[in-house]
Amino acid sequence: MDSVIKFLSQNWSEILIKSWEHLYISLAAVLLGIIIAIPLGIVLTRVPKIAGFVMGIVGVIQTFPSLAILAFFIPVLGVGQVPAIIALFVYALLPILRNTYIGVRSVNKGMLEAGRGMGMTSWQRIVHVELPLAVPVIMAGVRLSTVYLIGWATLASYIGAGGLGDYIFDGLNLFRTDYIIAGSVPAIILALIADLLLGRLERWVTPKGIRNSKEAI
Amino acid sequence: MLKFDNVTKIYEGGKKAVDKMNLEVEKGEFIVFIGPSGCGKTTTMKMINRLIEPSEGTIYINGEDIMKKDPVKLRRSIGYVIQQIGLFPHMTIRDNIALVPKLLKWPESERRARAEELLKLVHLPPEYLDRYPHELSGGQQQRIGVLRALAADPPLILMDEPFGALDPITRDSLQEEFKNLQQSLGKTIVFVTHDMDEAIQLADRIVIMRDGKLVQVGTPDEILRNPANDFVEEFIGKERLVQARPNIQTVEQIMNPAPVTISVDKSLSQAIELMKQRRVDTLLVVDDQQILQGYVDVEMIDQKRKKSYQVGEVMETEMYTVKKDTLLRHTVRRILKRGMKYVPVVDNDHRLAGIVTRANLVDVVYDSIWGEENPEMTGQQEG
Ligand SMILES: Nc1ncnc2c1ncn2[C@@H]1O[C@H](COP(=O)(O)OP(=O)(O)O)[C@@H](O)[C@H]1O
Ligand SMILES: [Mg+2]
Repeated sequence: MDSVIKFLSQNWSEILIKSWEHLYISLAAVLLGIIIAIPLGIVLTRVPKIAGFVMGIVGVIQTFPSLAILAFFIPVLGVGQVPAIIALFVYALLPILRNTYIGVRSVNKGMLEAGRGMGMTSWQRIVHVELPLAVPVIMAGVRLSTVYLIGWATLASYIGAGGLGDYIFDGLNLFRTDYIIAGSVPAIILALIADLLLGRLERWVTPKGIRNSKEAI
Repeated sequence: MLKFDNVTKIYEGGKKAVDKMNLEVEKGEFIVFIGPSGCGKTTTMKMINRLIEPSEGTIYINGEDIMKKDPVKLRRSIGYVIQQIGLFPHMTIRDNIALVPKLLKWPESERRARAEELLKLVHLPPEYLDRYPHELSGGQQQRIGVLRALAADPPLILMDEPFGALDPITRDSLQEEFKNLQQSLGKTIVFVTHDMDEAIQLADRIVIMRDGKLVQVGTPDEILRNPANDFVEEFIGKERLVQARPNIQTVEQIMNPAPVTISVDKSLSQAIELMKQRRVDTLLVVDDQQILQGYVDVEMIDQKRKKSYQVGEVMETEMYTVKKDTLLRHTVRRILKRGMKYVPVVDNDHRLAGIVTRANLVDVVYDSIWGEENPEMTGQQEG
């Protein structure tokens, strides 16, 4: 225990930097996931026939071992942060895609027809009706993938992307518990904080009229 | 205003939902489509705002072929109310009402003013504008649904079973309210229902449909008096034929013109005396001008009789009344449905003219049924 405290007091600034790298990789991957998966999820609700197929593929990719995916990108993109972010993004995709699809699909059909009957264009229906009503479900997907990615981002260290994984792998190689703790505890704390903040964000972006009401979608 | 010219709709899969329909609707007319489920009412209505496109034939609005218009613009110029609540739960009542004005890019201040103005039409206080749909009762939500259709002041409004999901009493009062509103605003309304009472009460003309075809088109009176065929007759229902009896039309003709009354300044013991004498349990309270003030019944008197009150101090003033020139067909079923024992009849100055009791009404209904040439048809009528 003493050695851990000593390690922390000597290396706290480096731990902060690694934590920041870690967070940066995870959030960049999630952000990329949001940018791709939400529009894709909405598009899929327009073509339900191929939606199952597309989500099946994403689901299969998701089951590939993470290290395999990381390794797969090395010949294509080399090592460093960029391939790590892209590999992690693959994992962010599915929860967000699936939740967007489900959230948008479950918006009451009568309501959409009312919107169409009143003269909303398809775009207006997406922006003013479907997305706001699907927000809680989509946000749950974003939250889930963020927490997962913060965990998986430790593996990014393997392809030279930095982050808290550096400590964990060094610790494993050198049999140094203090290194392992210095890597894993901040990662857990990051995940908890991200979960908490995203929970707040979820509430904040949920339209007021459907907070606390179950019949929303 | 609105014209169907040989309009047919065949769905993918070959289902012919509307078959060569021809119909013309006048400006300001309240037209009600009625028929059994699946006869093509909703299809007909949705073709008017192009939610569904006809397979054959043409629909004209003010002489223009609707297929030549931009569907989004067309829809914004037609009000639309549906049965499912259809309000947007994430928008305030204000934003729900002002949705079409927003789509039409009215300035914010005009939209706000319009929402406030409309809310007054249904007697809801302005605080409601900032609430959300789930904070309102079903009846209130559907009122907002109607206001939303009125927001951009469209000359034509389509309503697909708008009151269908409400309980009977709320439905009654909304129908009444809405009919008044329509008359004062002069809108053309195309209304779909499967409830004959609703059709009779609201329609200027009723269109009866069956299997995608028009069976009969006419005013409620015409249809009640001369049902075109057995299908229409059965659809109307025997008990409603009373409403067409030409010799009985207004409440005044069947009411008892001499109800037991007492004036406001009499004492409670005088009231009890009168009840005993006339063998009634309720007295209608009037002032010296015969204006109806309320009623007292045995129980109310019983609770208060220790002290020496006057009738005017213990009476109940909330009561349902009908005007003596009200058409019977508008009231019979309402009174029976609400389960009221009696209803005071008043004139335009709220002066007491008589009373209609449940027994009166039931007599009239059964008379007309048993008075018919088909005595064996009477078994299952409701009272
Ligand atoms: N989208 C559709 N595809 C195929 N058939 C339909 C569709 N919509 C309605 N129908 C059929 O057309 C007929 C008329 O339906 P509808 O207009 O909804 O009747 P109503 O409103 O009078 O109950 C019904 O037999 C119904 O099953
Ligand atoms: Mg229908």
